[in-house]
Amino acid sequence: MARVVVDVMLKPEILDPQGQAVQRALPRLGFEGIADVRQGKRFELDVAEPVTDEALARIRELAETFLANTVIEHYTVRVEEAEGAEGAGAGAAA
Amino acid sequence: MTPSTQSEPRTAPAPRTALDTVKHAAGTPGADQPWAELGLKQDEYERIREILGRRPTGAELAMYSVMWSEHCSYKSSKVHLKQFGEKAPGQPENTAMLVGIGENAGVVDIGQDYAVTFKVESHNHPSYVEPYQGAATGIGGIVRDILAMGARPVAVMDPLRFGAADHPDTRRVLPGVVAGIGGYGNCLGLPNIGGEVVFDDCYQGNPLVNALCVGVMKHEDIHLAQASGTGNKVILYGARTGGDGIGGVSVLASETFEEEGPAKRPAVQVGDPFQEKLLIECTLEIFREKLVAGIQDLGGAGLSCATSELASAGSGGMRVELDTVPLRDSSLSPEEILMSESQERMCAVVEPGKVDRFLEICEKWDVIATVIGEVTEGERLEIYWHGEQIVDVPPRTVAHEGPVYHRPYERPSWQDALQADDAAALPRPGTGEELRAATLALLSSPNQAAKSWITDQYDRYVLGNTVLAQPEDGGMIRVDEETGLGVALATDGNGRYAKLDPYAGAQLALAESYRNVAATGARPLAVTDCLNFGSPEDPSAMWQFAEACRGLADACRELGTPVTGGNVSLYNQTGDTAIHPTPVVGVLGVIDDVSRRTPVAFAEQGQLLYLLGDTREELGGSAWSQVAHGHLGGLPPAVDLDRERLLAEILIAASRDGMIDAAHDLSDGGLIQALAESCLKGGNGARVVVPDGLSPFVFLFSESQGRALVAVPRSEEVRFNDMCGARGLPVARIGVVDGDEIEIQGQFGVSLRELREAHEGTLPALFAGDAERAGA
Repeated sequence: MARVVVDVMLKPEILDPQGQAVQRALPRLGFEGIADVRQGKRFELDVAEPVTDEALARIRELAETFLANTVIEHYTVRVEEAEGAEGAGAGAAA
Repeated sequence: MTPSTQSEPRTAPAPRTALDTVKHAAGTPGADQPWAELGLKQDEYERIREILGRRPTGAELAMYSVMWSEHCSYKSSKVHLKQFGEKAPGQPENTAMLVGIGENAGVVDIGQDYAVTFKVESHNHPSYVEPYQGAATGIGGIVRDILAMGARPVAVMDPLRFGAADHPDTRRVLPGVVAGIGGYGNCLGLPNIGGEVVFDDCYQGNPLVNALCVGVMKHEDIHLAQASGTGNKVILYGARTGGDGIGGVSVLASETFEEEGPAKRPAVQVGDPFQEKLLIECTLEIFREKLVAGIQDLGGAGLSCATSELASAGSGGMRVELDTVPLRDSSLSPEEILMSESQERMCAVVEPGKVDRFLEICEKWDVIATVIGEVTEGERLEIYWHGEQIVDVPPRTVAHEGPVYHRPYERPSWQDALQADDAAALPRPGTGEELRAATLALLSSPNQAAKSWITDQYDRYVLGNTVLAQPEDGGMIRVDEETGLGVALATDGNGRYAKLDPYAGAQLALAESYRNVAATGARPLAVTDCLNFGSPEDPSAMWQFAEACRGLADACRELGTPVTGGNVSLYNQTGDTAIHPTPVVGVLGVIDDVSRRTPVAFAEQGQLLYLLGDTREELGGSAWSQVAHGHLGGLPPAVDLDRERLLAEILIAASRDGMIDAAHDLSDGGLIQALAESCLKGGNGARVVVPDGLSPFVFLFSESQGRALVAVPRSEEVRFNDMCGARGLPVARIGVVDGDEIEIQGQFGVSLRELREAHEGTLPALFAGDAERAGA
């Protein structure tokens, strides 16, 4: 079984209140030197069938229309082999 | 952060061209400038050159373009809005207004040394692009307007309009907007006490997301947006400045969506309600210690707007060191910093001796505050970037003396045909069975159905002062816990009426809102309006706008309720098709003791039902004509402002003297709508008799104005009748609160259970499944 990972991040120019809250908390907890924090979402999709180009295209569509809000977010799609070796495969928001 | 496979990598910004300083601009008069892309017209650009005596720098061009956009300059609407001041009711009626149009929001005296400030604004276009954040930042913006007047925000309301309820795009926009309003308002800890939800095809590509906020203060706390006193410091405080909504005001307010490709889509502003909460508490503490000479919130047009408006309203000039502005993204150019619409920011003018204390309070609240400039002796607004002058302008030319257009307007050629298409000709239900079916169809239609699925997502009771909230006629907030002093607010607007006759439509919006406030027992005092219209460059839309302004100003004078402020939203159209002209009118009233309020619910069996006012056959633009026939034509119901005033006086007196236990104003949907809502709310049925001389259909479905339905305890019947008789208000006893069904005698009966299913099931069935998606 293959795993497809979709990472969703706010676009760089968009305010990230959660990331800021984390960043503000770091020095209080004694973690110095972190200049910026951006928080995103990671989706792990376990695919029953082999991940063909068509399947990947379908997952990109899914990410584009459902997992990410492309008005404010970017996403990337990649295939993660079962052994743990990371394969290539990509997509991005327009 | 982004993997290498990303097709749109985050590259370093392209090497920037040399800084466009004032000196550089003076020496390069022929340089090409993107004035058209920034939404300026050729003659506007020429005028800027004339004002400055040279070409503007990039930063100046950015400021002028954003401040001269329709959204900020009111250049098309100004000539018509003047009437609200010119026709404002005179003494002795209008003694309540303390601050009028032109400031961040109007302020009204409500007695006992309290003052209230309130305003409604639009956030239409941003809410279409990104419903959640658009609606959320709409709340944030209006709350800061109220805060900037010196008041503690105490409640919000949201008049909303969407496309057809069953259209797929409405399923994208509505849940997002509702979640955004709830998310921001609930996190901020402000109750949402009412508003409206309307569906109509005409709003398909242009939903209207208006937001109203009300705040309370003592008289001495009123603050104004002006920068006076040479040497006073200009302090920017709140969130850091990022790339939010750059060009948003200019691009969004100047062009319709069709023309706008994805490439021009501005960065969406994202709100942070927790930051706003800190900003509120921090600002109120600063007010308490009397540390500011002038204050302004940052909304549309960001720092361009705040600096130029503060300087323009004050006595001196202003010098700003733009490179001291704290940034979220260090690659922002000076032009972008000036245009950024990052949320949760305020700008204050502070005497030098009070700066330290000001900064101390900000630090306590974890709010970043930076001295970015000072008030100067001259009359110029000067902005520097690392020591080099990039802006040198007379601030009034940016903020208050922008272009003014007398746009041509003309009664549309189709108006006569529309008015001639009389709703009286439509086939009507005749038998009792048909009337019953029409009743259920009306009450389950999206516009007339219960809105609780939406309003239940808002916190209505936080802060503990909410006396009335949706689905009451108006929202009511207690202002003083000791005396029970309170304010009531309602917002109304009927785009269908306004399409049939914009002059009357605007007056009907005011009349309904006024009536709603009076029905709660509060005395109407003042008005705020949000005027949502199509393109001012279209003479038909401009005519609608001109007529609506004239109608509203005339009616405000007659009712003695001045317009204290508001907002205009133009260009609400997709292609050539404009929305219905939609003036949304908010009315604020005062009640001496909120325990005397009148709710809509029929809570006690045996009480007598009285219909106040005259019922005529008036079906043009009615809810029935829309639901049963998809029809819009004829004339809207007749306006009678003297009658509205009399009805209001009766409702207020009856509430104060305990003569009525429930009241519901009659508006869209007519008597049957009000009767059903009051019965369902109270959990009691009613037996109703059709008065002689009226057809049952007209009695139940006509939308004649100046009417209300009240429940009178038997012990008060004589007193109530005597009062109405003495004042000359026609009243008819039409029935009694009784049983668990609504029975229209001789016609039909319908159980509350069946009615409730029809009335309350509609919105959940349409939207409940889509709610999870909205928070994404």
